[in-house]
Amino acid sequence: MFDQEKDKVKIYSRNLNFYYGSHQALFDNNLDILEQRVTAIIGPSGCGKSTYLRCLNRIFELYREQRIEGEIIIDNENILDKSVDVLELRRKIGMIFQKPTPFPMSVFDNVAYGLKLHFKPNRKETAERVEKALRQASLWDEVKDKLKRNGMALSGGQQQRLCIARAIAAEPEILLMDEPTSAIDPVGTLKIEDLIDELKNKFTIIIVTHNMQQAARISDYTAFFYKGQIIEYNRTEKIFTKPDEKQTEDYITGRFG
Amino acid sequence: MKRRGILFRKTLNTAVKFCSIFCVAAAVATLVWILYTVFRSGLQALSWSFFVEPTKPYGIEGGGIANALLGTLFITVGAVILSVPPGLLGGIYLSEFDRDSKLSRTIRFSANVMMGIPSILCGLFVYALLVYNTKHFSGLAGSLALAVIMFPVVLRTSEDMLRMVPNSLRESALALGTPRWIAVFTIVCRAARNGLLTGVLLAIARVGGETAPLLFTALWSDDWPFSFFSEPTANLTVTINEYATNSPFEVMHTRAWGAALIICIAILALNIFCRSILNYKRGN
Repeated sequence: MFDQEKDKVKIYSRNLNFYYGSHQALFDNNLDILEQRVTAIIGPSGCGKSTYLRCLNRIFELYREQRIEGEIIIDNENILDKSVDVLELRRKIGMIFQKPTPFPMSVFDNVAYGLKLHFKPNRKETAERVEKALRQASLWDEVKDKLKRNGMALSGGQQQRLCIARAIAAEPEILLMDEPTSAIDPVGTLKIEDLIDELKNKFTIIIVTHNMQQAARISDYTAFFYKGQIIEYNRTEKIFTKPDEKQTEDYITGRFG
Repeated sequence: MKRRGILFRKTLNTAVKFCSIFCVAAAVATLVWILYTVFRSGLQALSWSFFVEPTKPYGIEGGGIANALLGTLFITVGAVILSVPPGLLGGIYLSEFDRDSKLSRTIRFSANVMMGIPSILCGLFVYALLVYNTKHFSGLAGSLALAVIMFPVVLRTSEDMLRMVPNSLRESALALGTPRWIAVFTIVCRAARNGLLTGVLLAIARVGGETAPLLFTALWSDDWPFSFFSEPTANLTVTINEYATNSPFEVMHTRAWGAALIICIAILALNIFCRSILNYKRGN
């Protein structure tokens, strides 16, 4: 299914099992994510889509009862290994959440936050990087006159792009997006989808979405998750035109889920 | 089957309603009555000299309560310095680092018990600990006694306020590669800033009118409170107690009413201010 010439695998997951306490959420999950492509993960609620994303930056470790088994290999390194520096890992892997989460500070400081955490920029460099990140997130024109305003005062769609700018200011290689448009109005959603299309030239993007049209519009590859297992993983047009599995077809045609 | 009588139900309903209204009215009326009494008797004490002159010994003409005002300010600031840092850090520990373990449950339970300790015991405790051993009363001992009362209040309110910060904010801070403690101080505490401030102000309001703990520690004095660390220190509440109960002079009774009025207004203002911050936070 991959193009041997052009496609390069960025993330391998092998035999991934995930548990919330005694409840198992992922079963022997194997998935190869391609570099600089948009991979969509679809499936009904509770199928393990978000759980899979939360494994990749080890954010699940915030909760004591959550446990993982298996391997996730990014750039020849098993990132689940204890010796991996989780702070550097999270710099490399940005994450966008369902609800926009601007920090309680100015627009400028929001974007500079991740940057200053991992680099030591001087004032000029900070200003340049913040502008660059805001431009990349196609937010610059809308906020250039209100950089000192509180980030929470922006509209929902703008807040979400602010979060994207904040993530890319830390110079990540991978962006994880967990239903990034489900709390955003249609116009804002469109802007974010356009943005994702531009960002894939630089970043490897994995997006979890409930919206099938969105997956079809913006992704190159799509994985269908069901009850913690990967039912089907293929090129997006193949999944949406002639899927191999009956369950996939039933889901995308709206027969369940 | 026989129907229940509608008349009886309606009568009962009305009776319960009137009982409730009466109880609410009684509560509000008591508050109004107290405020009225304090204002009526206190207002006539207020004058320029009341605010700028120190208290004078019995039988000497003139004087005000300026030294007691300043002393109360010193003692309260001291109590804030002693209780807020540990209370805040304890709240952060319970909310951010150890939500549910044997240790955190023990801390939470102890704090709840501590909040119920009669304030006079806190005064006695500090008396035995500090005053008895150093052989002198001091403003510092007063601050410590009030701090013992404030500490659990600050701890529990800061924990509650920090818990109101949504987890998504913590996660997005950590997902940027922020170390845990930096995320707590720069993002979570900042998001809960108003709530934390309110917690501290409510704790101040809670100890603002305390008399018993100061009676054993700061005592009172007719001097300005500049020997805060080594001598009895003037303060409003003990002055009220002294003037109102021990003094035979009418002018001192009036002055006690004036001091009561000032405490009353200060605490009322503090409480109203806190409630309005909290309401604003809840979006009302």
